[in-house]
Amino acid sequence: MTPASIALSRFGYGLSPGETAPQDPRGWLLGQLKRYDPAPAVIAKRVRAQGNIGETLELLRTLRRDTREMAEMAAKEPMMADMSRQNARDAALANLPPELREKYDEARSMLVQDVALRVNLAVSSATPLMERLVHFWANHFSVSVGKLGTQMAVGDHEFTAIRPHVLGRFSDMLEAAVLHPAMLLYLDQFQSAGPNSPAQQRRGRRSGQADQVVRRGLNENLAREILELHTLGVHGGYSQADVTEFARALTGWTVPGIGRVDRFGEDQPNGAMFVAVAHEPGTRRVLSRSYPAGAADQARAILNDLATHPATARHIATKLARHFAGDTPPPTLVAQLEADFLRSGGDLASLTRTLITAPETWEPAPVKFRTPFEWLVASLRLTGAGTLPPRRIVAALTQLGQVPWRAPSPAGYDDIAASWAGPDALLRRVELAEQMARDAPIDDVTAHAEAAFPGALSDATRTQLARAESGRQALALLLVSPEMLRR
Amino acid sequence: MLTHLNRRTMLAGSLVLGASGLTLPRIAFAQGAGTRNLLFVLLRGAADGMAMLAPVGDPGLEALRGPLLADYDGAERIGSFFAVHPALAEIGKAVAAGEALFVHAAATAYRERSHFDAQNLLESGGAVPYGARDGWLNRLAGLINESAGGDPVRALAIAPSVPLALRGDAPVSNYAPSALPEASEDLIARVSQLYGDDSELGGLWARALETRAMAGDDGLNNLRDAHAAGDLAASLMQGPQGARIGMIELGGWDTHANQRGGFARSARQLDALLAAYRTTMGTSWNDTMVLVATEFGRTARLNGTGGTDHGTAGAALIMGGNVRGGRVIADWPGLGANQLFQNRDLAPTTALESVLAGAVAEHLRLDPALTMARLFPGRSAAPLTGITRA
Repeated sequence: MTPASIALSRFGYGLSPGETAPQDPRGWLLGQLKRYDPAPAVIAKRVRAQGNIGETLELLRTLRRDTREMAEMAAKEPMMADMSRQNARDAALANLPPELREKYDEARSMLVQDVALRVNLAVSSATPLMERLVHFWANHFSVSVGKLGTQMAVGDHEFTAIRPHVLGRFSDMLEAAVLHPAMLLYLDQFQSAGPNSPAQQRRGRRSGQADQVVRRGLNENLAREILELHTLGVHGGYSQADVTEFARALTGWTVPGIGRVDRFGEDQPNGAMFVAVAHEPGTRRVLSRSYPAGAADQARAILNDLATHPATARHIATKLARHFAGDTPPPTLVAQLEADFLRSGGDLASLTRTLITAPETWEPAPVKFRTPFEWLVASLRLTGAGTLPPRRIVAALTQLGQVPWRAPSPAGYDDIAASWAGPDALLRRVELAEQMARDAPIDDVTAHAEAAFPGALSDATRTQLARAESGRQALALLLVSPEMLRR
Repeated sequence: MLTHLNRRTMLAGSLVLGASGLTLPRIAFAQGAGTRNLLFVLLRGAADGMAMLAPVGDPGLEALRGPLLADYDGAERIGSFFAVHPALAEIGKAVAAGEALFVHAAATAYRERSHFDAQNLLESGGAVPYGARDGWLNRLAGLINESAGGDPVRALAIAPSVPLALRGDAPVSNYAPSALPEASEDLIARVSQLYGDDSELGGLWARALETRAMAGDDGLNNLRDAHAAGDLAASLMQGPQGARIGMIELGGWDTHANQRGGFARSARQLDALLAAYRTTMGTSWNDTMVLVATEFGRTARLNGTGGTDHGTAGAALIMGGNVRGGRVIADWPGLGANQLFQNRDLAPTTALESVLAGAVAEHLRLDPALTMARLFPGRSAAPLTGITRA
């Protein structure tokens, strides 16, 4: 690969129509830091007063229960024996009062719209490196619609908790990302309560079961994943006791509309809620440091220290290096990013500049296999297909196995070739390439290929493009060429 | 039906099973895999072994799991001590028919509580997370290839991407139903030429075309229907051209909150998948073994939100026409306060690696010690024996 080709493909999402390859690749990338728009108009227009998340959650729970009941009824009733689960769901939906039905439809379409919004922003972006960083960080702080109630919150998570901070401080992004309603729902924090909190004590007295093992209380899922995935990393030197103490500090952080304690809650600017009566009282001790009682700020203080911990610097440096310089990150680059993180106190703009100027990211041979999402965005840019209908975008990403905000685990989607370069995955890209090429307005595919991969097109690919029976077929081949699949 | 759970059945590092005296043919590299089939089902997210197979005979269970115990009234029992979760009804029947067994209180060498490290260790077979770069199922394919000669054994993940357990030097493929229209034959031929000089893409492409030809028109759009997925897995493992080693993954087991409904949902999926797989395998079922495992168990106590957190020991399941089933293999550690691991989890008393290596070695007639050393190097425990009928 040439420097121009590296700047376009390794750092960005490839060439888009009307663009020309940069003359000064490093300068072009550095310039994107200044030109980045964290809140483009389409997002500003979208972010509106959120519906009450707790209500949505209740609605979805009701719907799930009704669907199950309908299906069970159908199973008992011979006349309805052919009623599938989908039909049961439709029947349950039809039973909903109109205002709830509307809310349900809104939640569903909002998710599809948000995925399309993310994709279209990247396809049309003049600062593609910045979009790559947004997606990198959103994956680092992965939230997923696998959990009930998150449909309306996951897009907002990326748009309001990630985007504004990709060139800011890591500590700010950390706090925004993990205390956002989407994360509080996704990692079960919304129902965690301090066992000795006033709310739990009262509950215990009321039911007369204070000594019962089972009562609502602590859930340590979010605390553990913050330590393991978001900050220190799995070998970052924390213990089970640290996880539990941190989980206690996080109690009280929830979303509005959940349960009886809601009226005691304090709305937070990001749509979350802090319920002081569910917060575990007292001083907490995490990583040998003591945190005095401090309601909502107690968890914030712990997060703040985690954000600048040396283990966090190492963890973040490794992930960034892996994303831009290869599945096995070069140790020299990791060390440089780590030092930069510690020196700058987690200044993400500084880390980005280090990535751009380091020699390790300019290795001429391709260092990464493009993930399905990267490949789709690059393909849409290359074909100049323009804005696709939201449902088509989601369908394509579903077939490729990488829908945003649908990662199979809190660790997010994998960032190594072994996870994506499989036989079946390749076949799907070929199938999809033929579909995409069908509608694309492209004449001279070879010239287009030379422009998109300046100085980096192989003879083998050039030969196959020239031999294709039509422009469409040539374009389909270009979309699945080695140049397009790797960066 | 026999249940073996004497507190001390562990002798000299190897499990001795109650009904002894089995002499199994164990000729290294002799027959290779032949037409024997192996399906590995990985439950991602840490399936709760104590829910899957509840130790209802343990007096400590009530205090830990009281609110969930009513679910096991009328559930399939194995002996008087264990009850199979009612959502695993088909598996329960297979146990009753002597074709399935559970191993309980089993864990890999991993003793921390990260899903991702634990899955890495279970899939790679390394002694520590990230200790090995390839997966134990791939090394098993390599072992079979060394012994058999001829064409390499066909190994296949029924999944949109190849899971770590199957990654490595031995050729593997993967397949998942797709809603995409098939590419035209002409384009496919040209892509083959395009990848001619690219060894990585060329290899992937060749295997993709092979599997696609075998799957034909599966009529599915995805793997979400567990029954259809089990059916598909079996159809891809049939006949001389079928895969001999298969792997499939199921998620939805990370039940931190309100686990009663969530666990039952996931369990029904597993149950439907295995029932369909068994039916579609038909007479091949006699030559088939299914191994079901998860990265670790969950906390013995319910947490404050009606769920369970990351734990240590859990349960594994072995099914197949030739499995000496109808029993539970366990060196039961007990659920008393001083018996729990770190006062929190079911204590591990059986090495899951020994279970996996022992089961595949017996089933595929490989040398057990060699299989253990190759698949799970650096372990001191011996491979488990007496899993299949002679």
